Amino acid sequence: MSEYLILIYENESNYPGSDDQGWRQLMEGHQKFGEKNGAVLRGGNALQPTSTATSIRGTGNGTGSDITVTDGPFAETKEALGGYYLVEAADLDEAIAIAKQVPAPYGGVEVRPIMTFS
Amino acid sequence: MQSGRRASEQVSAAVADAHRREWAFVLSATVRVTRDIDLAEECVQEAYAQALTVWTWQGIPERPGAWLTTTARRRALDALRRQATLVRKLPLLIEPDNEPAVDEAIATSQETAFPDDRLRLIFTCCHPALASSVRVALTLRLVCGLTTAEVARAFLVSEPTMAARLTRAKKKIAAARIPYRVPPLAELPARTGAVLTVVHLLFTTGHTAPTGGALVRADLVERAIDVARMLHELLPADADVTGLLALLLITDSRRATRLDDGGRLVLLADQDRSRWDRAAIAEGSALAKVALSAGAPGRFALEAAIGAVHADAPTWEDTDWPEIIGLYDALLARWPSPVVALNRAVAVGFAHGPHAGLHELERLGAEPRLASYTYLPAARADALRRLGRVEEARVAYSEALHLTDNAVERDYLARRLAALPT
Repeated sequence: MSEYLILIYENESNYPGSDDQGWRQLMEGHQKFGEKNGAVLRGGNALQPTSTATSIRGTGNGTGSDITVTDGPFAETKEALGGYYLVEAADLDEAIAIAKQVPAPYGGVEVRPIMTFS
Repeated sequence: MQSGRRASEQVSAAVADAHRREWAFVLSATVRVTRDIDLAEECVQEAYAQALTVWTWQGIPERPGAWLTTTARRRALDALRRQATLVRKLPLLIEPDNEPAVDEAIATSQETAFPDDRLRLIFTCCHPALASSVRVALTLRLVCGLTTAEVARAFLVSEPTMAARLTRAKKKIAAARIPYRVPPLAELPARTGAVLTVVHLLFTTGHTAPTGGALVRADLVERAIDVARMLHELLPADADVTGLLALLLITDSRRATRLDDGGRLVLLADQDRSRWDRAAIAEGSALAKVALSAGAPGRFALEAAIGAVHADAPTWEDTDWPEIIGLYDALLARWPSPVVALNRAVAVGFAHGPHAGLHELERLGAEPRLASYTYLPAARADALRRLGRVEEARVAYSEALHLTDNAVERDYLARRLAALPT
């Protein structure tokens, strides 16, 4: 057996608001998907929109210097999502401190807060 | 009737004054209760509006900042209580997990003295996870208390555009949980550096407006000095903060003489030095001295020292050029920027003559980062003019004219061009 990360890519500007009918349908769809595939699901989350993302470049280059932190997601298509860690942190500063330790010398890492449904 | 109008004028002036002086204090103390910048902003706005009426019949309070903070925090607590009530009414939909936060907030509000949270607010606005232009905009809105319309004017964008940009930034702060705190000691130098960059950018944007009819945007310059002063008050031992305040004060001391009566640009060499703000120079020079004495002097301290040398010279001709070149060398080692190299080359031209200056400037001609920088061809044109190489000067002035959109600078270059002998 192998493990796969299934990534959901969608156009954020078409996304329905949380009060919309479309949003409810979407949530029901995910629930059905979860019920049907429960045996094989290892985890899954909805991400906050890319407007909340922070990109960190230059991690894991061995020196620990020249690390840059910028607003926004990775935009260039030449950098493909190659893996992910789900971490627990008190706030964005703590998450960035952990992210800076992830070795990603051929690109960088993006930090996205996980959506919480209350 | 007459006295009533006078009283209301006094109240308006007191509210405007409290807005300028206390906004950051009131907002940062209110965020401590709300943990939400948007809600805090709304409550503080309402508190200022309330002051306009209440102070008219109650009198202006002895400590307007404390009055405004109490009022804003009370409004915040009301809002939080309403939210908590809503939560209780919808037990099946939402977990009532934020009730303890409300109790805690109410307990905190009983304190008579409010904590000074302005540093937290500044560090949050200048967080590296926000885009740098947004950091400046947020600082103007949240630390300086400018309205969204005023911030939009500073950036020459429409109000809805700026409102959307600010809303997006505040959403990111909330959703990504950018912490509302002063960074730990290990991160403090880098994070303070980011804050100083924001304040410096704010100042330079005001000092020479990139576009438009006015050379100086006094509002932005003064706000930048306000924030630098606030930072110096809160971080008195930080030599870079001291250096930045020194630099801003000394640079701004020349504001009144940078334009003649006809609104035309006057260069440092031709400014009326008797009209420079001597109080600002004295304060800035003293601060520069303190900043320079710290271990390895930083960028702003060295720039301030260069300004102080100019301020000390009774005339342009009496400028201590060797001292200025020495300071530029130190600055270049600390802050290797092509703009610094350009300024150094100009100083060489005055210390050792236009020929030596031109030689230095031509070495910078290949620097790609200066390719569209007005001051390089302008400086070359000036050196060529002094050497009597009129045709080459003409080309260089025209080149400089193409590169600036500031009306006052364009006018200056056009006049220089026209004054060349034919």
